[in-house]
Amino acid sequence: MWHLGKVILIYIFSGTVFVFGFSIIVAAGERVATPEIPKALATIEEGHAEIMRRNHMDLMIHKRNKTVHEGIRSEKYSLKACISCHAVLGDDKKPVSAASPKHFCRTCHDYVAVKVDCFQCHASKPPPSLVLDRGSSSFLSKQIQEYLR
Amino acid sequence: MMNKNKEPHENTNTARRKFLAGIAGAAGLSIASGVTLFSFAEANDKTGPVSSKVRWGMLIDTLKCADGCNDCVSACFKENGIGSTGRPDTDPQWIRKIEVRNPKTERQISLPMMCQHCADPPCVDVCPTGASFKRADGIVLVDKHTCIGCRYCMMACPFQARSFVHEDLTDQKTDIPRGKGTVESCTLCVHRIDKGGTPACAEACSDTAGKAILFGDLNDPNSEITRRVEKFASTQIRADLGLDAGIRYRGI
Repeated sequence: MWHLGKVILIYIFSGTVFVFGFSIIVAAGERVATPEIPKALATIEEGHAEIMRRNHMDLMIHKRNKTVHEGIRSEKYSLKACISCHAVLGDDKKPVSAASPKHFCRTCHDYVAVKVDCFQCHASKPPPSLVLDRGSSSFLSKQIQEYLR
Repeated sequence: MMNKNKEPHENTNTARRKFLAGIAGAAGLSIASGVTLFSFAEANDKTGPVSSKVRWGMLIDTLKCADGCNDCVSACFKENGIGSTGRPDTDPQWIRKIEVRNPKTERQISLPMMCQHCADPPCVDVCPTGASFKRADGIVLVDKHTCIGCRYCMMACPFQARSFVHEDLTDQKTDIPRGKGTVESCTLCVHRIDKGGTPACAEACSDTAGKAILFGDLNDPNSEITRRVEKFASTQIRADLGLDAGIRYRGI
Protein backbone atom coordinates (compact mmCIF):
# COMPACT_ATOMS: atom_id res chain seq x y z
CA MET A 1 0.00 0.00 0.00
CA TRP A 2 2.77 2.32 0.92
CA HIS A 3 4.45 1.46 -2.32
CA LEU A 4 1.34 2.18 -4.36
CA GLY A 5 1.03 5.60 -2.78
CA LYS A 6 4.63 6.35 -3.68
CA VAL A 7 4.07 5.33 -7.24
CA ILE A 8 0.96 7.47 -7.53
CA LEU A 9 2.86 10.43 -6.08
CA ILE A 10 5.65 10.02 -8.56
CA TYR A 11 3.06 9.79 -11.32
CA ILE A 12 1.36 12.99 -10.29
CA PHE A 13 4.65 14.77 -9.86
CA SER A 14 6.07 13.78 -13.21
CA GLY A 15 2.74 14.51 -14.89
CA THR A 16 2.81 18.01 -13.45
CA VAL A 17 6.34 18.58 -14.62
CA PHE A 18 5.41 17.36 -18.08
CA VAL A 19 2.29 19.46 -18.42
CA PHE A 20 3.93 22.46 -16.85
CA GLY A 21 7.02 22.21 -19.00
CA PHE A 22 4.95 21.76 -22.11
CA SER A 23 2.74 24.73 -21.31
CA ILE A 24 5.81 26.91 -20.87
CA ILE A 25 6.94 26.02 -24.38
CA VAL A 26 3.47 26.58 -25.78
CA ALA A 27 3.00 29.81 -23.86
CA ALA A 28 6.22 31.24 -25.15
CA GLY A 29 4.90 30.47 -28.65
CA GLU A 30 8.37 30.84 -30.00
CA ARG A 31 9.41 28.79 -32.95
CA VAL A 32 12.43 28.94 -35.12
CA ALA A 33 11.76 31.66 -37.66
CA THR A 34 10.91 30.27 -41.07
CA PRO A 35 13.72 30.99 -43.49
CA GLU A 36 13.57 33.72 -46.06
CA ILE A 37 13.91 32.02 -49.42
CA PRO A 38 16.11 34.10 -51.73
CA LYS A 39 14.42 35.06 -54.98
CA ALA A 40 15.59 33.39 -58.15
CA LEU A 41 17.02 35.69 -60.80
CA ALA A 42 14.69 34.32 -63.47
CA THR A 43 11.67 32.07 -63.72
CA ILE A 44 11.89 29.24 -66.16
CA GLU A 45 8.26 28.14 -66.22
CA GLU A 46 4.97 28.58 -64.40
CA GLY A 47 4.64 26.36 -61.37
CA HIS A 48 8.36 25.66 -61.22
CA ALA A 49 8.67 26.60 -57.56
CA GLU A 50 5.70 24.47 -56.50
CA ILE A 51 6.94 21.42 -58.38
CA MET A 52 10.52 21.81 -57.25
CA ARG A 53 9.63 22.40 -53.63
CA ARG A 54 8.27 18.90 -53.33
CA ASN A 55 10.13 17.04 -56.05
CA HIS A 56 13.57 18.60 -56.48
CA MET A 57 15.39 15.67 -54.89
CA ASP A 58 13.75 13.09 -57.14
CA LEU A 59 14.15 15.19 -60.26
CA MET A 60 17.80 15.86 -59.52
CA ILE A 61 18.57 12.17 -59.08
CA HIS A 62 16.69 11.40 -62.29
CA LYS A 63 18.64 14.06 -64.11
CA ARG A 64 21.98 13.05 -62.64
CA ASN A 65 21.59 9.44 -63.84
CA LYS A 66 20.57 10.64 -67.29
CA THR A 67 23.58 12.91 -67.46
CA VAL A 68 26.26 10.67 -66.02
CA HIS A 69 25.24 7.43 -67.71
CA GLU A 70 23.52 8.57 -70.89
CA GLY A 71 25.34 11.81 -71.55
CA ILE A 72 22.16 13.89 -71.76
CA ARG A 73 23.31 17.34 -70.80
CA SER A 74 20.18 19.42 -71.34
CA GLU A 75 20.94 22.94 -70.26
CA LYS A 76 17.45 23.72 -69.08
CA TYR A 77 17.48 21.08 -66.37
CA SER A 78 21.16 21.26 -65.54
CA LEU A 79 22.44 21.82 -62.04
CA LYS A 80 24.47 24.61 -63.61
CA ALA A 81 21.26 26.42 -64.56
CA CYS A 82 19.80 25.89 -61.07
CA ILE A 83 22.92 27.31 -59.45
CA SER A 84 23.11 30.28 -61.82
CA CYS A 85 19.46 31.29 -61.43
CA HIS A 86 19.42 30.78 -57.69
CA ALA A 87 22.72 32.52 -57.04
CA VAL A 88 22.70 34.75 -53.97
CA LEU A 89 25.08 37.68 -53.98
CA GLY A 90 27.19 38.27 -50.92
CA ASP A 91 28.43 41.53 -49.48
CA ASP A 92 31.14 41.65 -52.14
CA LYS A 93 28.43 41.44 -54.87
CA LYS A 94 29.72 38.04 -55.86
CA PRO A 95 27.71 34.81 -55.64
CA VAL A 96 28.18 33.07 -52.33
CA SER A 97 29.23 29.44 -52.10
CA ALA A 98 27.54 26.75 -50.04
CA ALA A 99 29.96 27.62 -47.25
CA SER A 100 27.76 30.65 -46.58
CA PRO A 101 24.43 30.25 -44.74
CA LYS A 102 22.98 32.70 -47.28
CA HIS A 103 23.35 30.14 -50.07
CA PHE A 104 19.98 29.33 -51.67
CA CYS A 105 20.05 25.63 -50.85
CA ARG A 106 21.22 26.20 -47.33
CA THR A 107 18.44 28.59 -46.31
CA CYS A 108 15.93 25.74 -46.37
CA HIS A 109 18.23 22.84 -45.66
CA ASP A 110 19.63 24.45 -42.52
CA TYR A 111 16.09 25.06 -41.30
CA VAL A 112 14.97 21.47 -41.77
CA ALA A 113 18.37 20.11 -40.68
CA VAL A 114 18.92 18.06 -43.83
CA LYS A 115 22.54 17.91 -44.89
CA VAL A 116 23.37 18.57 -48.55
CA ASP A 117 26.26 16.49 -49.83
CA CYS A 118 26.11 17.79 -53.43
CA PHE A 119 28.66 20.51 -52.91
CA GLN A 120 31.42 18.26 -51.68
CA CYS A 121 31.97 17.64 -55.39
CA HIS A 122 29.77 20.07 -57.33
CA ALA A 123 30.43 23.77 -57.67
CA SER A 124 27.98 25.68 -55.48
CA LYS A 125 28.29 28.97 -57.31
CA PRO A 126 27.93 29.76 -61.01
CA PRO A 127 31.00 29.73 -63.24
CA PRO A 128 32.38 33.24 -63.86
CA SER A 129 30.83 33.35 -67.34
CA LEU A 130 27.34 32.84 -65.89
CA VAL A 131 27.42 35.27 -63.00
CA LEU A 132 24.23 37.30 -63.06
CA ASP A 133 23.87 40.89 -62.05
CA ARG A 134 20.51 41.75 -60.59
CA GLY A 135 21.48 45.34 -59.95
CA SER A 136 21.84 46.43 -63.57
CA SER A 137 18.85 47.34 -65.72
CA SER A 138 19.05 44.06 -67.55
CA PHE A 139 19.94 41.91 -64.60
CA LEU A 140 20.61 38.89 -66.73
CA SER A 141 23.96 39.06 -68.40
CA LYS A 142 24.21 38.39 -72.10
CA GLN A 143 25.81 35.04 -71.51
CA ILE A 144 23.07 33.78 -69.25
CA GLN A 145 20.41 35.01 -71.64
CA GLU A 146 22.04 33.04 -74.42
CA TYR A 147 22.52 30.18 -72.04
CA LEU A 148 18.90 30.16 -70.95
CA ARG A 149 17.56 30.59 -74.47
CA MET B 1 8.04 13.99 -65.55
CA MET B 2 7.64 17.45 -64.10
CA ASN B 3 4.11 16.79 -62.82
CA LYS B 4 5.21 14.09 -60.50
CA ASN B 5 3.49 15.57 -57.45
CA LYS B 6 3.29 13.30 -54.50
CA GLU B 7 0.03 13.17 -52.58
CA PRO B 8 0.47 14.71 -49.15
CA HIS B 9 0.66 11.97 -46.61
CA GLU B 10 -2.19 11.47 -44.12
CA ASN B 11 -0.22 12.39 -41.06
CA THR B 12 1.80 15.21 -42.52
CA ASN B 13 3.07 17.58 -39.88
CA THR B 14 0.95 20.70 -39.99
CA ALA B 15 3.84 22.92 -39.01
CA ARG B 16 5.63 21.70 -42.09
CA ARG B 17 2.57 22.54 -44.16
CA LYS B 18 2.49 26.05 -42.79
CA PHE B 19 6.13 26.44 -43.58
CA LEU B 20 5.61 25.22 -47.13
CA ALA B 21 2.64 27.54 -47.56
CA GLY B 22 4.91 30.36 -46.41
CA ILE B 23 7.54 29.68 -48.99
CA ALA B 24 4.81 29.23 -51.62
CA GLY B 25 3.70 32.77 -50.86
CA ALA B 26 7.23 34.07 -51.12
CA ALA B 27 7.68 32.44 -54.50
CA GLY B 28 4.41 33.89 -55.74
CA LEU B 29 5.58 37.35 -54.77
CA SER B 30 8.84 36.95 -56.58
CA ILE B 31 7.01 36.19 -59.81
CA ALA B 32 4.61 39.07 -59.29
CA SER B 33 7.44 41.56 -58.74
CA GLY B 34 8.38 41.37 -62.38
CA VAL B 35 10.97 38.64 -62.69
CA THR B 36 11.27 37.84 -66.35
CA LEU B 37 9.66 34.65 -67.51
CA PHE B 38 11.97 32.79 -69.81
CA SER B 39 11.14 30.20 -72.35
CA PHE B 40 13.81 27.71 -73.17
CA ALA B 41 14.38 26.40 -76.62
CA GLU B 42 15.34 22.77 -76.67
CA ALA B 43 17.19 23.21 -79.95
CA ASN B 44 20.64 23.32 -78.38
CA ASP B 45 19.93 20.51 -75.99
CA LYS B 46 21.15 17.06 -76.75
CA THR B 47 18.07 15.04 -75.98
CA GLY B 48 19.01 11.48 -76.91
CA PRO B 49 21.23 9.13 -74.93
CA VAL B 50 24.71 8.29 -76.20
CA SER B 51 24.80 5.46 -78.70
CA SER B 52 26.96 2.37 -79.07
CA LYS B 53 27.22 3.15 -82.78
CA VAL B 54 30.06 5.42 -81.70
CA ARG B 55 33.30 4.21 -80.15
CA TRP B 56 35.45 7.07 -79.02
CA GLY B 57 39.16 6.46 -79.11
CA MET B 58 42.54 8.00 -79.66
CA LEU B 59 45.52 7.25 -81.80
CA ILE B 60 48.74 8.43 -80.20
CA ASP B 61 51.69 8.70 -82.52
CA THR B 62 54.74 8.24 -80.31
CA LEU B 63 56.98 9.17 -83.23
CA LYS B 64 55.60 12.69 -82.98
CA CYS B 65 55.42 12.84 -79.18
CA ALA B 66 58.30 15.04 -78.09
CA ASP B 67 60.56 14.05 -75.24
CA GLY B 68 59.99 16.36 -72.30
CA CYS B 69 56.86 17.97 -73.73
CA ASN B 70 54.15 18.10 -71.09
CA ASP B 71 51.48 20.10 -72.93
CA CYS B 72 48.83 17.35 -72.83
CA VAL B 73 49.25 16.90 -69.09
CA SER B 74 49.02 20.58 -68.27
CA ALA B 75 46.04 21.04 -70.61
CA CYS B 76 44.26 18.16 -68.87
CA PHE B 77 44.96 19.54 -65.42
CA LYS B 78 43.80 22.99 -66.45
CA GLU B 79 40.62 21.71 -68.14
CA ASN B 80 39.63 19.49 -65.26
CA GLY B 81 40.70 21.76 -62.43
CA ILE B 82 43.28 19.34 -61.05
CA GLY B 83 45.72 21.12 -58.80
CA SER B 84 48.58 19.89 -56.74
CA THR B 85 48.11 19.48 -53.01
CA GLY B 86 51.85 19.78 -52.53
CA ARG B 87 52.00 16.06 -51.77
CA PRO B 88 52.92 14.46 -55.09
CA ASP B 89 52.58 10.92 -53.75
CA THR B 90 48.83 11.30 -53.41
CA ASP B 91 48.13 13.93 -56.08
CA PRO B 92 45.48 12.87 -58.58
CA GLN B 93 46.91 12.04 -61.96
CA TRP B 94 44.56 11.67 -64.91
CA ILE B 95 47.30 11.63 -67.52
CA ARG B 96 51.06 11.32 -67.22
CA LYS B 97 54.00 11.28 -69.57
CA ILE B 98 56.20 8.21 -69.42
CA GLU B 99 59.55 7.53 -71.00
CA VAL B 100 60.18 4.01 -72.23
CA ARG B 101 63.61 2.71 -73.17
CA ASN B 102 64.54 -0.54 -74.86
CA PRO B 103 67.78 -1.58 -73.10
CA LYS B 104 68.96 -3.66 -76.05
CA THR B 105 68.62 -1.06 -78.76
CA GLU B 106 68.73 2.03 -76.53
CA ARG B 107 65.68 3.25 -78.42
CA GLN B 108 63.79 5.68 -76.23
CA ILE B 109 60.23 6.86 -76.67
CA SER B 110 57.96 9.19 -74.80
CA LEU B 111 54.22 8.70 -74.56
CA PRO B 112 51.20 9.93 -72.64
CA MET B 113 49.49 7.34 -70.46
CA MET B 114 45.96 7.60 -69.18
CA CYS B 115 42.74 5.57 -68.94
CA GLN B 116 42.74 3.35 -72.01
CA HIS B 117 38.93 3.22 -72.19
CA CYS B 118 38.85 -0.54 -72.64
CA ALA B 119 35.94 -2.28 -74.31
CA ASP B 120 36.13 -4.86 -71.51
CA PRO B 121 37.34 -2.77 -68.59
CA PRO B 122 38.58 -4.69 -65.53
CA CYS B 123 37.72 -1.72 -63.32
CA VAL B 124 34.06 -2.19 -64.22
CA ASP B 125 34.25 -5.93 -63.56
CA VAL B 126 35.50 -5.49 -60.01
CA CYS B 127 33.47 -2.49 -58.86
CA PRO B 128 31.22 -3.64 -56.00
CA THR B 129 28.69 -0.80 -56.35
CA GLY B 130 28.45 -0.38 -60.11
CA ALA B 131 30.01 3.07 -59.85
CA SER B 132 32.71 2.19 -62.38
CA PHE B 133 30.92 1.86 -65.68
CA LYS B 134 31.32 2.06 -69.42
CA ARG B 135 29.14 4.41 -71.35
CA ALA B 136 27.50 3.15 -74.54
CA ASP B 137 29.98 5.16 -76.62
CA GLY B 138 32.95 3.42 -75.02
CA ILE B 139 33.99 6.00 -72.42
CA VAL B 140 34.85 4.44 -69.06
CA LEU B 141 33.77 6.62 -66.15
CA VAL B 142 33.24 6.66 -62.40
CA ASP B 143 29.79 7.58 -61.18
CA LYS B 144 30.94 9.39 -58.08
CA HIS B 145 27.42 9.38 -56.66
CA THR B 146 27.75 5.64 -56.09
CA CYS B 147 31.53 5.33 -55.61
CA ILE B 148 32.38 4.30 -52.07
CA GLY B 149 36.10 4.85 -52.50
CA CYS B 150 37.14 1.21 -51.99
CA ARG B 151 39.83 1.56 -54.70
CA TYR B 152 39.39 -1.95 -55.96
CA CYS B 153 39.29 -0.53 -59.51
CA MET B 154 42.66 1.10 -58.96
CA MET B 155 44.12 -2.30 -58.16
CA ALA B 156 42.40 -3.95 -61.13
CA CYS B 157 43.56 -1.40 -63.71
CA PRO B 158 46.66 -2.67 -65.54
CA PHE B 159 47.55 0.88 -66.60
CA GLN B 160 47.49 2.51 -63.16
CA ALA B 161 45.23 5.07 -64.68
CA ARG B 162 43.06 5.85 -61.71
CA SER B 163 43.57 8.18 -58.75
CA PHE B 164 41.92 8.59 -55.41
CA VAL B 165 40.99 11.97 -53.99
CA HIS B 166 42.46 12.01 -50.52
CA GLU B 167 41.67 15.52 -49.43
CA ASP B 168 38.75 17.92 -49.32
CA LEU B 169 38.48 19.98 -52.47
CA THR B 170 37.06 23.43 -53.00
CA ASP B 171 36.32 25.51 -56.08
CA GLN B 172 35.86 22.58 -58.42
CA LYS B 173 35.00 23.43 -62.00
CA THR B 174 31.30 23.46 -62.78
CA ASP B 175 31.52 20.77 -65.46
CA ILE B 176 33.89 18.54 -63.55
CA PRO B 177 32.58 17.59 -60.12
CA ARG B 178 35.34 16.01 -58.03
CA GLY B 179 35.40 15.20 -54.36
CA LYS B 180 37.16 13.54 -51.50
CA GLY B 181 36.66 9.81 -51.05
CA THR B 182 36.03 8.94 -54.68
CA VAL B 183 38.16 7.46 -57.43
CA GLU B 184 38.65 9.40 -60.63
CA SER B 185 40.43 9.07 -63.93
CA CYS B 186 40.54 10.42 -67.46
CA THR B 187 36.97 11.01 -68.66
CA LEU B 188 38.10 11.61 -72.24
CA CYS B 189 36.72 15.10 -71.46
CA VAL B 190 33.21 13.71 -71.66
CA HIS B 191 31.70 17.13 -70.98
CA ARG B 192 33.36 18.42 -74.15
CA ILE B 193 32.53 15.34 -76.23
CA ASP B 194 28.85 15.66 -75.34
CA LYS B 195 28.94 19.15 -76.81
CA GLY B 196 30.72 17.98 -79.94
CA GLY B 197 34.21 18.92 -78.79
CA THR B 198 37.47 17.04 -78.45
CA PRO B 199 39.47 16.20 -75.32
CA ALA B 200 41.70 18.95 -73.96
CA CYS B 201 44.90 16.91 -74.37
CA ALA B 202 44.22 16.22 -78.05
CA GLU B 203 43.46 19.88 -78.61
CA ALA B 204 46.62 21.00 -76.81
CA CYS B 205 48.73 18.58 -78.82
CA SER B 206 47.29 19.76 -82.11
CA ASP B 207 48.01 23.36 -81.17
CA THR B 208 51.69 22.68 -80.82
CA ALA B 209 54.02 21.12 -83.37
CA GLY B 210 53.43 17.61 -82.04
CA LYS B 211 49.98 16.70 -83.31
CA ALA B 212 50.64 13.31 -81.77
CA ILE B 213 47.17 12.75 -80.32
CA LEU B 214 44.32 12.10 -82.73
CA PHE B 215 40.85 11.77 -81.27
CA GLY B 216 37.90 10.29 -83.13
CA ASP B 217 35.24 7.67 -83.63
CA LEU B 218 36.76 4.23 -84.19
CA ASN B 219 33.42 2.95 -85.49
CA ASP B 220 33.06 5.55 -88.20
CA PRO B 221 34.71 4.24 -91.40
CA ASN B 222 35.18 7.79 -92.71
CA SER B 223 36.84 9.26 -89.65
CA GLU B 224 40.48 10.28 -89.76
CA ILE B 225 41.35 7.94 -86.88
CA THR B 226 39.80 4.89 -88.59
CA ARG B 227 41.63 5.63 -91.82
CA ARG B 228 44.94 5.98 -90.02
CA VAL B 229 44.39 2.84 -87.96
CA GLU B 230 43.66 1.00 -91.21
CA LYS B 231 46.70 2.38 -92.97
CA PHE B 232 49.41 2.23 -90.31
CA ALA B 233 50.36 -0.39 -87.78
CA SER B 234 49.19 0.57 -84.31
CA THR B 235 49.04 -1.33 -81.09
CA GLN B 236 47.26 -1.32 -77.76
CA ILE B 237 49.33 -1.37 -74.60
CA ARG B 238 49.02 -4.77 -72.91
CA ALA B 239 47.09 -6.08 -75.92
CA ASP B 240 47.78 -9.54 -74.47
CA LEU B 241 45.12 -8.90 -71.82
CA GLY B 242 42.44 -8.75 -74.51
CA LEU B 243 40.80 -5.65 -73.07
CA ASP B 244 40.41 -3.95 -76.47
CA ALA B 245 41.64 -0.54 -75.40
CA GLY B 246 40.24 2.52 -77.12
CA ILE B 247 43.60 4.26 -76.97
CA ARG B 248 45.94 3.03 -79.72
CA TYR B 249 49.63 3.80 -79.97
CA ARG B 250 51.81 4.00 -83.01
CA GLY B 251 55.57 3.49 -82.96
CA ILE B 252 55.97 1.41 -79.81
